[in-house]
Amino acid sequence: MIEHHNSYCFATMEAASPWALETYEAHGGYYAWRKILETRPPRREVVEQVKASGLRGRGGAGFPTGLKWSFMPDVEESYLVCNADESEPGTCKDRDILRFNPHALIEGMAIGCYAIGATHGYIYLREEFCEEPHERLLTAMEEAYAQGLLGENIRDSGITVELRDTLGAGAYICGEETALLESLEGKKGLPRFKPPFPASYGLWGKPTSVNNVESLALVPAIVRDGVEQFTQVGTEKSPGTKCFSVSGHVARPGNHELPLGTPFADLLELCGGVWNNRRLKAVIPGGSSVPVLPASAMEGLTMDFESIEAAGSLLGSGAVIVMDDTTDMVRALQRISRFYFHESCGQCTPCREGTGWLYRVLTRIVEGQGEPRDLEVLDTVPARIDGHTICALGAAAAWPVQSFLRHFREEFEHYIEHGRSLVTPA
Amino acid sequence: MSVSLSTELCTRIDAWVRRFPAEHRRSAVLGALRETQKEYGHLTPERMDAVAQYLELPAIQVYEVGSFYTGFNHQEVGQRTISVCTNISCWLRGGEEILNHLSERLGVAPGESTEDGRFFLKQEEECLAACCGAPMMQIDHVYHENLTPERVDKILERLADD
Repeated sequence: MIEHHNSYCFATMEAASPWALETYEAHGGYYAWRKILETRPPRREVVEQVKASGLRGRGGAGFPTGLKWSFMPDVEESYLVCNADESEPGTCKDRDILRFNPHALIEGMAIGCYAIGATHGYIYLREEFCEEPHERLLTAMEEAYAQGLLGENIRDSGITVELRDTLGAGAYICGEETALLESLEGKKGLPRFKPPFPASYGLWGKPTSVNNVESLALVPAIVRDGVEQFTQVGTEKSPGTKCFSVSGHVARPGNHELPLGTPFADLLELCGGVWNNRRLKAVIPGGSSVPVLPASAMEGLTMDFESIEAAGSLLGSGAVIVMDDTTDMVRALQRISRFYFHESCGQCTPCREGTGWLYRVLTRIVEGQGEPRDLEVLDTVPARIDGHTICALGAAAAWPVQSFLRHFREEFEHYIEHGRSLVTPA
Repeated sequence: MSVSLSTELCTRIDAWVRRFPAEHRRSAVLGALRETQKEYGHLTPERMDAVAQYLELPAIQVYEVGSFYTGFNHQEVGQRTISVCTNISCWLRGGEEILNHLSERLGVAPGESTEDGRFFLKQEEECLAACCGAPMMQIDHVYHENLTPERVDKILERLADD
């Protein structure tokens, strides 16, 4: 039995109506926000508390949330923006927070707005969430307004927090925070040059903090229970819990919120192990952008920022993509590369041209038309993309290619030499 | 031929305009185009012109959004949009087989609509964020998870009865 399972983000999951206000309040919801409304602590105090909790952004980059908030200046107009554009392949945790615990996000937004000194917050959902996840969020927002937890001069506290929902229109790149801001401004989702960072030049040119759904949904618990309680689980450098989306070749795929530092073996067991009595071949531990790791590297690995980085990959969004021994790694990489080729916004030449080049070469190999010089392309092109682009999509397209070749090179060589896969299909 | 937006459509666009400060009407472009597409099924230059006029924006600012995002259609499509995820997590669990099955059953390739105009089988490139329910698809953005060819058939039959 794993302890601290679904402690915060998924705390209401077992209830009859996990999304309802009364369910959330029965789990300690809005305690932190009500207290802030009553006591009106200096906003920097809340920032310091989140900083002290060591909460790192749960969207993929792992940047400390409190530190991000501490960059927000004292100005008349600033914004909090929630990134609910969940689209990193393999990741489906934010959708479940929106569907099953939307009030945790709303309370996190309210506290976040207060902490950074903003009166307005926007929640940007990907368009594909426009039915159930969006509707649940809207209902929860209505409940929060009706209960006097949001609005202008809430309960005569002098505190104003207005939240608005918006939808994208189909573009992976809008998950990049500055592309998201462009999209919120009604433009194409083209990432901006940084610096300036959003904290100085964000939405409509005003200071803005962009935070992931899960990061914000954890904030109420940190403020309610205190730093000590939150850091009781997790590791020193990765405190607290993380929502892991386990997908691919496991018996029971699922979302599980667990302490950071949970052994991969426990997570795999929770999901019923590798399906069909097959053997583990590889895992992409943090969404399709991060480097793949072979089964040998996953043995004994714990799921936290520092351990996965030491093993040569990243915790990313916590999307754990499991592959069994029947997986054709060349085809798997071709599928991943097709995605980045399609989603490159086209702004930077290395990414626009490089992602297409990689996809075409991989397609040629898969179709049995590969040539030995194709390996050279796969070896050299990624490094010419990574680090030479405005945003991280370039790196996201490069890392899978580099890591698949690093760990499964013989499969690529076999394809080129024999025109077919080394792997016996399932 | 110029298009004039219905009062009802304008009311729906206004709801998006109101979400943003008055000086930032441009932020409502995505919402306005979505509502317009809902009304007509797809966008045309004339319809985008009408949106631009309504939001008091240069037409180019609406065209560029209309052509950037994959959620917007620029030709007539079937009434219901089916998007099958074939991204990595679904790919590992048979997403492509589901897409092929649908393609065969509907008699159209991805990116095409059925002759009777009922279904549009979208060429979906993105992961649709239901990886733990793979393979999955959306029909008009409603999620259908843990699919098998048989389940897909049942879902289509149910829709046919609607």
